[in-house]
Amino acid sequence: MNELDTKYFKKLVKEKLSDKSLRTIVKKATFHSLQKRNETIQNDISEKWEQLREKAYSIRKITIENWDYYFNQIKAKFSENGIDFFYAKNSSEVCDIVNNLLFSYKAKNIVKSKSMVTEEVGLNEYLEKFGFIVTETDLGEYIIQLANERPSHITAPALHKSRSEIGFLFSEKLNIDYTDAPEKLTDYARQILRKKFLNADVGISGANFLVAETGTIVIVENEGNARLTITLPKLHIVITSIEKIVPTLSDALILLRLLPVSSTGQKITSYVSFINKPEEEDNSSKNLKKIVVILLDNGRSKLISDKKLRSILYCIKCGACMNKCPVYQLIGGHAYGSVYPGPIGSILTPWLNSFKDSKDLAYGSSLCGACSEICPVKIDIHYQLLRIRKYSIEKKFSPFIEKIIFKIWLQIVKNYKIYNLLSNILCFLGPLFQETGLKIPVWSKYKYFPAPFEFSFHKWWQREVKTQEEYANV
Amino acid sequence: MKISLFIPCIVDQFAPQTAISTFKVLRKLGCDVDYPFEQTCCGQPAFNTGYHHEAKICAERFLKIFSKSNYIVAPSGSCVAMVKNFYEELDLSKETLSIYQYLKNNIFEFSDFLVNILKIENINAQFNAKVTYHDSCHLLRELKISNEPRKLIQNIKGIELINLNESDTCCGFGGTFSVKFPELSAAMTEEKVNNIEKSGADYVIANDVSCLLNIQGILKKRNSRIKILHIAELLALGM
Ligand code: SF4
Repeated sequence: MNELDTKYFKKLVKEKLSDKSLRTIVKKATFHSLQKRNETIQNDISEKWEQLREKAYSIRKITIENWDYYFNQIKAKFSENGIDFFYAKNSSEVCDIVNNLLFSYKAKNIVKSKSMVTEEVGLNEYLEKFGFIVTETDLGEYIIQLANERPSHITAPALHKSRSEIGFLFSEKLNIDYTDAPEKLTDYARQILRKKFLNADVGISGANFLVAETGTIVIVENEGNARLTITLPKLHIVITSIEKIVPTLSDALILLRLLPVSSTGQKITSYVSFINKPEEEDNSSKNLKKIVVILLDNGRSKLISDKKLRSILYCIKCGACMNKCPVYQLIGGHAYGSVYPGPIGSILTPWLNSFKDSKDLAYGSSLCGACSEICPVKIDIHYQLLRIRKYSIEKKFSPFIEKIIFKIWLQIVKNYKIYNLLSNILCFLGPLFQETGLKIPVWSKYKYFPAPFEFSFHKWWQREVKTQEEYANV
Repeated sequence: MKISLFIPCIVDQFAPQTAISTFKVLRKLGCDVDYPFEQTCCGQPAFNTGYHHEAKICAERFLKIFSKSNYIVAPSGSCVAMVKNFYEELDLSKETLSIYQYLKNNIFEFSDFLVNILKIENINAQFNAKVTYHDSCHLLRELKISNEPRKLIQNIKGIELINLNESDTCCGFGGTFSVKFPELSAAMTEEKVNNIEKSGADYVIANDVSCLLNIQGILKKRNSRIKILHIAELLALGM
C-alpha cells in the first residue's frame, strides 16, 4: 500500500516495520549516503562545515524574512529576461496553467525531470487524464513511474527498491531479459528515454534555486536528463515552490556547496545548469524558445508570515534528514503517506494538507534531533515537531483519555504533598513487581517495564539527610 | 560550592540510587548540596505531548522553587535540556521569565558540572569491567555533551570503555512516542540493543535514567547478561 494519505500513518508504520527486506534496503542506502557525506565533509570541504552551515542558515533566513522583496525582484528580472512567470495559489491553479500552455503548444509528448513540487500538485495524473503522454526522465523517477508508485525519498525516489526488484520491473514492463546489472538497466532506460527526448514537445522541470538578483534558474542533477529536458523541447516549464528564491548568485553558490554533499556526499553534482533567458532557435532572435516559471504557494505564504514556523521553508530539499532519521531508516518513505517523507515531510505536510489528518506524523518521532543536527540550513526540525503537537492540542485534536490523564497529572505534580503520597504508595508496592516488572498496556508487549524502587529519593532524603542537621550520617 | 539537586521524577521513583549517587559524588567533591523538597516534575511529559498549558504551570512552579539556587545539577541530560532550552518555547510569565534567564545559565547536567565547572575529570574510582557508552539525544544535541562523560569513565581505574557502534542513535524512548508508537519505539530499541550486545561490554552506561530503563526493557526481554548503569552510580561505586 503506497497511498498518498497521511491518515494511514500509524497503520502503515506497523506494516512497513514487518517488512524486513525493506528495512535492509533502506538502511543500506541511507547508511551509504551518510557515510559518503561524512567522508566528503572531512576530506574535501576546505571551510569549516559548521561555518558553512551558519552562512547557509543566514542566507535562507534573510530570504524568507524578506520574501516579498525578493519575490518582486525576481518577477521583474524574469520579465526583463523574457521568461513568463505565474504565481499559483494552489495545485489546481498549477494544473490549469500547465494545461493551457500545453494546449496552446498543441503538445502531446512531455518529458519531465525531477520535481517534487509536481508530485505535490499531482501533475502527472492530471495530465494523463487529458491524454498527454508524460515521461519521467530521471532514472529513479522513471523506475517509480514504471512501477506506478510514489517516490519514497525526495532525492532518491526509488530508494526502497532493490536491484533485483528493478530488474524484474524492467523485464516485465519493457519486455527485456531479466538482469540486475545496474549498467545494463541504465542502458535500457537511456535508449528509451533518448527517443522520448527527441519526440518531446514540452519539457517540465523543477528548480533548486531561483536567483533574485539575476533571474537565474539553477538546476542540479547527475544524469544529464534535466539538461535535455531544458534544451530539446521548444517550451520549458519550470514548476517549483515560492520559497526556492535566493537573493544573489553568490548565495546560490554557497548553498550549492552544501546541497550535493548533504544529499549524496558528492562535492558537486555532474551537472549544474544556470538558465538566464530563453535560447534562440536557429540563431534568429525572433524564434525564441520559451521558458515559463510557475511558483506554487499552497499554504507557504502563511508559513512565511509566522515567525515561529517560517524556518520550515529554509529547506533546500537535500534529503539528509531522511537519511539520518532512525524512524525513516526503519520504515522508509511510503509509510508517511505524504509527498514529502521523513522529518521535513512531518513538519511541512500538516501545514500544507489537512492538519487533522497529518498531525500524527509529528508524533511519530522520538524528538532525538538527529535531523536538526544534520540539516545543512540548520532548521530546528524537532522544535517544529513540538510546535505541531502544541497546535494539535490547542485545536483539541487529542484523544479524550489523554486530556484527562494530563489534567490529573497536573494536579499531582502541582502539589508535592500529593505527589509524594502517591509516589510512596507506588514505591511501597514496587517490590511486589520487581521480578515481573509492571504490565503496561501495549508497552509490555515489546519491552519489560521496571517496577518503582522500594523508596523514592524524596523519602530517602527525608530519612537520611533532612532530619540531620549535618550530613554526618550519610 | 552551594548547589541544588534537581532529581527528575522518573529518577525519584524508579532509580533513587542514581540520585543518591549523584548526591554522594557531589558531596565527596566538596559541594554543599541541597535538595529543594517541593520539587516534582519539570513539565517535560506534558510539553512533549503538546500540552503547553500544563507544561507552563509546571515550568513556572519549577522556576520559583529553584529561584534561590546558585547552581542546579541534575543526573539527566533530557530534563536539564527541558529547563535550559525548551522552556523558551513556553511563553513564560514576566516574573518567571527573569528567573529563567538567570537559571538557564546555571543549570547543569551532572557530568557537565563535574568536568566543566568543578574541573574534575578523575574522581579516583575503581571498577574492573568492560563498559560501553550510549549518547543520550538531548544530552548530546541540546547540551552538546559527549566528551565529558567519556573522560570521566576512562579515568576510572580498571575500566575498559568499548566503542559503541551508532552510539549517537536514539534508543527509541521519546516519552509519549514510546506509548503512541510502541512498535516503532521497540524496533529502535532493538537496534540499539543489537549494537550494545555486539560491543561485548558487560555494562551500558548513559547519563539518562529514561534511556537506560528503556534499553533495559529489551535487555530483560532477551535475558541478556548486560546491565545498565547510570554514570553517577558508576562514579559512586565503592564510595
Ligand atoms: S530539512 Fe534540512 S536536511 Fe531535511 S531536506 Fe530540508 S534542508 Fe535537507
